[in-house]
Amino acid sequence: MAETNRGKLKLYIGYAAGVGKTYKMLEEAQLLKSQGIDVVVGYFEPHGRKETIAKTEGLEIIPRAKIPYRGSVFEEMDVGAILVRHPQICLVDEFAHTNVPGSPRAKRWEDIEIIRNAGIDVLTTMNVQHLESLNDQVWQISGIRVRETIPDWVVQQADEVVIIDLSPRALLHRLERGVIYDREKVERALQNFFRESTLAALRELALRETAHEIEHRAIKDEVEIAAKPSEQKQTKDHRILLLVTTDPNTAMLIRRAKRVADFLEAECFAVAIHTSNDLNRMAYQDREAIERHLNFARNMRIETRVLAGSDTAKTLIDFAHTNQITQVFLARNRKQSYSLFWHEGLLQKIVRLARDMQVVIVSEREPETE
Amino acid sequence: MRSMNREMRRKTPEEILHEVQAEEAAVQRHLKIFLGYASGVGKSFRMLDEARRRLERGQDVVVGAVQPVVPAEVSKLMSKLEIIPLKKYLGGLAIDLDALIRRRPAVCVIDGLAYNNPPGLRNPTRWQDAQELVNAGIKVIGSINIQYIEELREQVEAVTGKHITETVPVSFIKSADEIELVDAPPEEPIDRSPEQQIDAEQREKRLSILREMALVLTADVVDHQLGDYLEKHGVKHQFGMQERILVYLTPRANAVEMIETAQRIADRFHAELIAAYAKRPRLSAEDESAIEEKLAIARAAGIPIEILAAENAIDALLVFARSRGITQLFIGHRQSSRRLLWGDPVDQLIRRSQGMDVRIFPQ
Repeated sequence: MAETNRGKLKLYIGYAAGVGKTYKMLEEAQLLKSQGIDVVVGYFEPHGRKETIAKTEGLEIIPRAKIPYRGSVFEEMDVGAILVRHPQICLVDEFAHTNVPGSPRAKRWEDIEIIRNAGIDVLTTMNVQHLESLNDQVWQISGIRVRETIPDWVVQQADEVVIIDLSPRALLHRLERGVIYDREKVERALQNFFRESTLAALRELALRETAHEIEHRAIKDEVEIAAKPSEQKQTKDHRILLLVTTDPNTAMLIRRAKRVADFLEAECFAVAIHTSNDLNRMAYQDREAIERHLNFARNMRIETRVLAGSDTAKTLIDFAHTNQITQVFLARNRKQSYSLFWHEGLLQKIVRLARDMQVVIVSEREPETE
Repeated sequence: MRSMNREMRRKTPEEILHEVQAEEAAVQRHLKIFLGYASGVGKSFRMLDEARRRLERGQDVVVGAVQPVVPAEVSKLMSKLEIIPLKKYLGGLAIDLDALIRRRPAVCVIDGLAYNNPPGLRNPTRWQDAQELVNAGIKVIGSINIQYIEELREQVEAVTGKHITETVPVSFIKSADEIELVDAPPEEPIDRSPEQQIDAEQREKRLSILREMALVLTADVVDHQLGDYLEKHGVKHQFGMQERILVYLTPRANAVEMIETAQRIADRFHAELIAAYAKRPRLSAEDESAIEEKLAIARAAGIPIEILAAENAIDALLVFARSRGITQLFIGHRQSSRRLLWGDPVDQLIRRSQGMDVRIFPQ
């Protein structure tokens, strides 16, 4: 449809605050401006960093919108003003940002969609830890559950992805010199994301993710270059099915299954199975959990179904057979399936029934704490 | 890992910073490499810009080698720095190693690490010169293009169609204390004729592959460094973020499907791939030849094979998997009509496989 008129998206990926994403983006904006391109700054987060602020010199900055919330006034990007101004290219810092309640849209990436739909190119920045499918791994590395996440499909829409790389050592030096945060923030930062080993692990994630994003685009463009022989022998297409339950591990299962599906270019389905015919007869908390998980799966662009059946394993595998599923993903549930050791657990039964497909038992990745 | 976390939590940020500084001061050898995927991505600029910043911070910095032709912004940077020019030898130019060692700067910048030296010098290549400087206690900041890595030569030649004669071994890259990737997407040329358009698209695809290689190599170096770092801090088995797949082979495993799937996933995730089998003391001749057949498939696929010898195959498998930081374990499973009881090996394995995904293949 309007695909061709849609603005392009360029994404600067980093692994921590202070690696220089915004700086690099502004540098590019300056270059574009010097070439006579109409570029404006739609949203910029200065964080009090002098070198970065200096890079905005001479660039037009669209004033922020004021959003009143609970007696205070918050500032967010003014999408309306950007659309009226209608530049060729718009810079928007912090792709993963969540807008204050009362803003027209909940997420900044949704704001960016609107800007791009108007035919404006967007340059934006994000850290790898905000990618939804990496949430569990980031937790494992850092012990931090990142709450502001971006669905993978949104990131996959970027036309260009560039990594801003810096060694953790150089980053720590910057931090120490106060380039990144003011003094009081340094302590907290160092204890969380800024431990050297954490930084190295996040950096590795960012590098691998960028490699994947590039490969993904190349595959999409149907690259046929003899350099990668493994690409040539195209194996059968995979179709992945995951089981949504009330188990809190389901969120992890969804992220993991979707990630594998994305990497294998496979289709991904999620089903919830309830034993009574009526979802309404389920206990309220259970129903709420199932619906929350299904909704999460849909946000990740997974096709979802709710099936009824008295035998969960059989219903799941029947569905799998009808839909040519090749891989079934299940969460390893620590409590339930092991306590009933004299029974055949759900997991064991699924494995037994899945005679012609692979079954993947996804395990929790937990940070190693005492 | 457990004890280390506890220990790290007790440290204050100042202590951590001091440690970083102390380590820096204590390290005699220091090598930093800027890696790019093509010429023109800005390696030289990034490297010389760092040299400028160090100079401004009062460090004694000299430039030992630059590219013969440099863009204006790079020559502007160079004008601020002390340069020890390349020396003319019979058959070409090389860095003036003796002059550099006599001059003894704190930091020396060396562009184009892959160059071969003219014949007859004590080091045949420039990266070996750099190594000599590093060993002499001079901090070296160098740059290299992914196209000149020895181990990637075949792949690169297949992509670029160019024959490569000057390379640096990957071990040298991995010996770097710091590596930074200089990334930029392939440039988009404007206003092209249809033929030029096709050329440009081909070029873009080639560059994408090279770019991906550079990203993965950098990630591998970071993974390696992370392992070193954690080991230095007393952590034995800790791994980076690379996916690591272990295929567990048994006489009746569907090895073809398991290996095919493993290779596809390994390829997409840039994962490491290992196969293992547990050697049982009394194996029937039939099983013996069956397992040999499976192992041959793995061997033909170039997958390293680990032989596990232990009383309990599951124990051995899990111990091995954890020692290698496995994230995905592939196993075969026979669907019998009877119920899987508690003692079923697969069941046991799933129960004890915390931290890794288990992929079960029907057989």
